[in-house]
Amino acid sequence: MEKTWNNKAWFMVLPVLVLVAFSAVIPLMTVVNYSVQDTFGNNEFFWAGTDWFQDVLESDRFWDALTRNLIFSAIILAIEIPLGIVIALNMPKRGIGVPICLVLMALPLLIPWNVVGTIWQVFGRVDIGLLGRVVASMGINYNYVQNPIDAWVTLIIMDVWHWTSLVVLLCYAGLVSIPDAYYQAAKIDGASRWSVFRYIQLPKMKRVLLIAFLLRFMDSFMIYTEPFVVTGGGPGNSTTFLSIDLVKMAIGQFDLGPAAALSIIYFLIILLLSWIFYTVMTTSDAQG
Amino acid sequence: MARINLDHIRHAYGARPKSEADYALKEVHHEWNDGGAYALLGPSGCGKTTLLNIISGLINPSEGRILFDGTDVTHLTTQHRNIAQVFQFPVIYDTMTVYDNLAFPLRNRHVPETEVDRRVKEIVEMIGLGGWANKTARGLTADQKQKISLGRGLVRSDVSAILFDEPLTVIDPEMKWVLRSQIKRLHKQFGFTMVYVTHDQTEALTFADKVVVMYDGQIVQIGTPAELFERPRHTFVGYFIGSPGMNVLPAEIAGNTAAIGDQSITLNFQPQIKAGAKTELGIRPEFISLGREGMPVSINKVEDIGRHKIVRASFADRPISIIVDEDREIPAEPRVTFDPKAINIYADSWRVGGEA
Repeated sequence: MEKTWNNKAWFMVLPVLVLVAFSAVIPLMTVVNYSVQDTFGNNEFFWAGTDWFQDVLESDRFWDALTRNLIFSAIILAIEIPLGIVIALNMPKRGIGVPICLVLMALPLLIPWNVVGTIWQVFGRVDIGLLGRVVASMGINYNYVQNPIDAWVTLIIMDVWHWTSLVVLLCYAGLVSIPDAYYQAAKIDGASRWSVFRYIQLPKMKRVLLIAFLLRFMDSFMIYTEPFVVTGGGPGNSTTFLSIDLVKMAIGQFDLGPAAALSIIYFLIILLLSWIFYTVMTTSDAQG
Repeated sequence: MARINLDHIRHAYGARPKSEADYALKEVHHEWNDGGAYALLGPSGCGKTTLLNIISGLINPSEGRILFDGTDVTHLTTQHRNIAQVFQFPVIYDTMTVYDNLAFPLRNRHVPETEVDRRVKEIVEMIGLGGWANKTARGLTADQKQKISLGRGLVRSDVSAILFDEPLTVIDPEMKWVLRSQIKRLHKQFGFTMVYVTHDQTEALTFADKVVVMYDGQIVQIGTPAELFERPRHTFVGYFIGSPGMNVLPAEIAGNTAAIGDQSITLNFQPQIKAGAKTELGIRPEFISLGREGMPVSINKVEDIGRHKIVRASFADRPISIIVDEDREIPAEPRVTFDPKAINIYADSWRVGGEA
């Protein structure tokens, strides 16, 4: 089919472009501005070129935080995607159970990040938290304030609790769109439970899974509020992710130049990784 | 391949059926012969798909038993009944190739791979997708996909019966003929018991040895195409089969005469009618002759459909259809006569006896 070209269509997107300019492009440009200049106050700026970028990329601090981020995202995806699929498969397809399950699933998603952090901070405390007390009473020495492993476990459980629902809801939407005839045909063809999943359910969930995967990757890679509230980046630097480090640098130390450079690098990493995931997944989709 | 017995089957979708109207399928009690080709014919919502799903085991009937070759299979799953079924809309496994799609039912049953290969190659040629065997099924057109569904139904050689649920709805008319005759050929070759659901009378009449006409949840007649045409047991069968359908006219029956309005017709038999029943006379448009003799009619419209003309007329203030030969002149003062052999009398919509 011939496509119609009409340049007037650009006027239709103009309001969005203006909004995006004010909300994203202009702030981003100030960051770019800071990242290539140095200042000693008094609104005096000196050209610094790529110095700040070099500083950031040569610092161990950056690479350590980046490694933590990658490990954290990998663990989150490895848990939440399969868990979300399993829960979605076991949710009822009709009847009174559907609204009940959907509301239960949606609840964690409605809670603001810092509240989630506070809930878990209190919940996990050894002295007054229910979880902390229970775990301690089982004879396990659990303390997320002092032990890095415990801090990580707490953050991961918290994120799984908060965000697995998103994967569940997306997968569930994919599952309920499968017509009954597919399941009937599979019965007639003598397909096993695994074959039904592998050849009917998984292919139908593929698109929503792609979205779930990208959202969970981007969100977990940008995690800030929960570790800030629960661990504050500690113990030591064990939960200092890029975002936490960035805020320390920009607001704690007021190193605006390196912080701006780090912001841009951080942004580019997320953009690049998301693009790679998207391309890989959609290409395999096209090939079938 | 199996003989299928439907033993007092009834089905209601609701949990506690209170009255006869709650049953989507009213009592069915029939025996279907091994190797027969049956067509279930009826309008949408008459229970034909329900009956089909009861046979295949996708639905458990509320009452009654199903027997295959004398063995009760009512509580067996679809897999254990060894049934093949083709659905109205194509069901394909997107991520598999055409070949793997067709091989799927066989591989699930652990058929040796050499046998799988032989069967699949045969079917893939039969449905005309030879060149596509190694392509992914995703990119195919709707009718190619439906051919795969059809192929998956036909690929197993040991099935008890093959059930078709309006399988050719999405296929274009030309291909319909080809596929239908291929299914018929397969039936002759392997002698499967086949049950074919359709609402298209041409499809039913050309496909089946026996046509099962369903109406409002019950089987109203099982018969050969000729029986359905000449002796419809129920006025619905008369309307539904034939184009245009049978003329059904309210008639007063006294002895061997039927009075329609101020016209009276002599019957060649004496129908036995219970008092108080609503009586009707049925005559197919093919058996009314239009000429200068007989009872007067007024013509409203003539539809020339090529091989013959359909005359829409009023007879004793009732609309009737008459089929007239293409080259036949329509007289200025038209009159009609009914072929006495082709007249059926109905009481409360059911045919009453006394064959000539």
